[in-house]
Amino acid sequence: MATRLQFENSCEIGVFSKLTNAYCLVAIGGSENFYSTFESELADVIPVVKTSIGGSRIIGRLCAGNKKGLLVPHTITDQELQHLRNSLPDQVVVQRLDERLSALGNCIACNDHVALTHTDLDKETEEMITDVLGVEVFRQTIAGNLLVGSYCAFSNRGGLVHPHTSIEDLDELSTLLQVPLVAGTVNRGSEVIAAGMIVNDWTAFCGSDTTATELSVIESVFKLREAQPTAIVDEMRKSLIDSYV
Amino acid sequence: MEEEAGMFRVHQTIGSVLCCKCGIPMAPNAANMCVKCLRSEVDITEGLQKHVIILHCPECDTYLQPPRTWIKAQLESKELLTFCVKRLKNLSKVKLVHAEFVWTEPHSKRIKVKLRVQKEVLNGAILEQTYIVEYVQQDHMCDSCTRVQANPDQWVAAIQLRQHVSHRRTFFYLEQLILRHDAAARAIKIKQMDQGIDFFFANRSHAVKFLEFLGKVAPIKSRHDKQLVSHDPKSNNYNYKYTFSVEICPICREDLICLPPKVVVSLGNLGPLVLCTKVSNNIILLDPSTLRHCFMDADQYWRVSFKSLLSSRQLVEYIILDVEALSSEVNVGGSKYALADAQVARVSDFGKNDKIFTIKTHLGHLLNPGDYALGYDLYGANSNDIELDKYKGFSLPDVILIRKSYEEKHQRKRGKPRHWKLKSLNMEVDSSTRGRIDEEKMYSEYEEFLKDLEENPEMRFNISLYRNKEYQHSEVASMTDGEDVPSVPLEELLADLELNDEDNDDESMKG
Repeated sequence: MATRLQFENSCEIGVFSKLTNAYCLVAIGGSENFYSTFESELADVIPVVKTSIGGSRIIGRLCAGNKKGLLVPHTITDQELQHLRNSLPDQVVVQRLDERLSALGNCIACNDHVALTHTDLDKETEEMITDVLGVEVFRQTIAGNLLVGSYCAFSNRGGLVHPHTSIEDLDELSTLLQVPLVAGTVNRGSEVIAAGMIVNDWTAFCGSDTTATELSVIESVFKLREAQPTAIVDEMRKSLIDSYV
Repeated sequence: MEEEAGMFRVHQTIGSVLCCKCGIPMAPNAANMCVKCLRSEVDITEGLQKHVIILHCPECDTYLQPPRTWIKAQLESKELLTFCVKRLKNLSKVKLVHAEFVWTEPHSKRIKVKLRVQKEVLNGAILEQTYIVEYVQQDHMCDSCTRVQANPDQWVAAIQLRQHVSHRRTFFYLEQLILRHDAAARAIKIKQMDQGIDFFFANRSHAVKFLEFLGKVAPIKSRHDKQLVSHDPKSNNYNYKYTFSVEICPICREDLICLPPKVVVSLGNLGPLVLCTKVSNNIILLDPSTLRHCFMDADQYWRVSFKSLLSSRQLVEYIILDVEALSSEVNVGGSKYALADAQVARVSDFGKNDKIFTIKTHLGHLLNPGDYALGYDLYGANSNDIELDKYKGFSLPDVILIRKSYEEKHQRKRGKPRHWKLKSLNMEVDSSTRGRIDEEKMYSEYEEFLKDLEENPEMRFNISLYRNKEYQHSEVASMTDGEDVPSVPLEELLADLELNDEDNDDESMKG
């Protein structure tokens, strides 16, 4: 089920939030609307944590993680790190990385099994990723762009990539990631996918400019139409309309 | 690309994405919207003029380009298209790729132009769009047409051309020159006056241009004046009528002149009796006894302004009895002359009395005994010239021969049409000249002029002759007895341009 929302009149919500299967990180905003949207969707299932990284609000682009761990850049303060450790579930390992490319969210795109990284990442960082996140790491580019973390968003069930990705690249990535991929746009034709939307296995959030077509593409590739949070038992046996575009 | 010869490059196929608005599959572009959605979203013709009013003068078929220029253009022509595109403001914001006319009824007073423009929108995508601009044509007479309508005889500048001689040869010749060079194209009226022609123009600069043309072809002296017609005190605009009074020097070709003593001295003792051989913007004077010649340009002439003693109307016919060459043929300023002694008698005397004159002539190369020649009869003439009296002890020659006469031959040809003809200017004859212009005299003078043209190839140089369609060619071939009368060779004739549809083009082609 995909929801449309805005962060302080900006449609780039992927910049100000991070969503995984185990937790959700949200930036501290002026109004509580952003936070409350996430709360209403996710509160019963996973913790929604308000945080900042290094005093900035663009947390979505600075950190990368999945249900097993969270990687944060060296710019994070100790207090923030402690806050994260306290708020997140115990099985999530929070690890600070000393990496020259500190916008980890732009450099790393991952789900629970595979990660795509920027080609110039350090060897130690790559090892750290393998350890902390428990994933297989592939250095890749998407449609010629090095910032793989920005131009694609994928979960364990599907993925959306930059619209200019060629068919051969799409096949190659799909083989690596083992999920179906589609090239598309978000936020009314914007190519920066990960900045415009965040996704996990059962839900997705998109910027409010996203058109109905884009929304339907997202819902179909990430298989959100039938998805329900696995922890909640479906009580509506006779549901007339599951979701509508 | 050589360094990639060793590398394996995968062929990249562009995939298709769904248009973010309408969902149809399309190739990805900078906006990721299909063209239709992009067009519906962005209108690059926003802010551009779609409706323009242009002013058109129905009289002269011109369009106004503010503030004051009127541009002549036909419907659906290149000039009109350029004009229409220029009238659009704000067109610099977009790039114009193509423009063409859409057909509209000619009398609908609407002109439609279809424009194709390109503009960059939405992060790099260039959008191309066609749109139609409608021009409403409003009728408004241009200034010159208004003036013409208000008063058709209205002129702003006039040139009054005069020559104080008793014949009109110069004006016939000038008429042909003007036609050849199209100098009077801008004249709104041409009027034939006694001893001259008046030209009227709508613009002072046209008159000045014509005046300069005259200065190049004839020795003239001019003065100008202006008269105030109206005055606008607010804008300080003054409207004048300008008049140029032009006088052509009265010396014509073949005139006999007695030079005043000062001029004789200044020209290096060129004998007081001289002949004028050629008049263009200079006068060429030839001394028939010494075969010396000199130039006098307009300024020099008008400083001394001498008159001629005898002019070609007073030529008398002589018959040559004997010719004895004194010197060989010399080339004097482009024409050939040869000094010779000759015995001549007046044709009127011939057979009646024994009056024979022994004279020196400069036409030795042309004359043979038995020929006829025209010359000035100084023996019988009663010259009343002040200058002549100044020369004490100067003996006048009895006869000065001017040119050979083809009178006999012309007698045979009389009445037969020539195989060439001349065009003429559209002149009004002034009805108020106290009846001095005699039709008969004009006609005979014109005939003389045509004969002159036939005999002198150098006179024909600056004139356009046209082939006479009515002329029957066969008759001339039978007349081959004796010396051929000089006539115009066929190569010199310009066939009259016959362009039936494009009669207006005739004017431009002549220029």
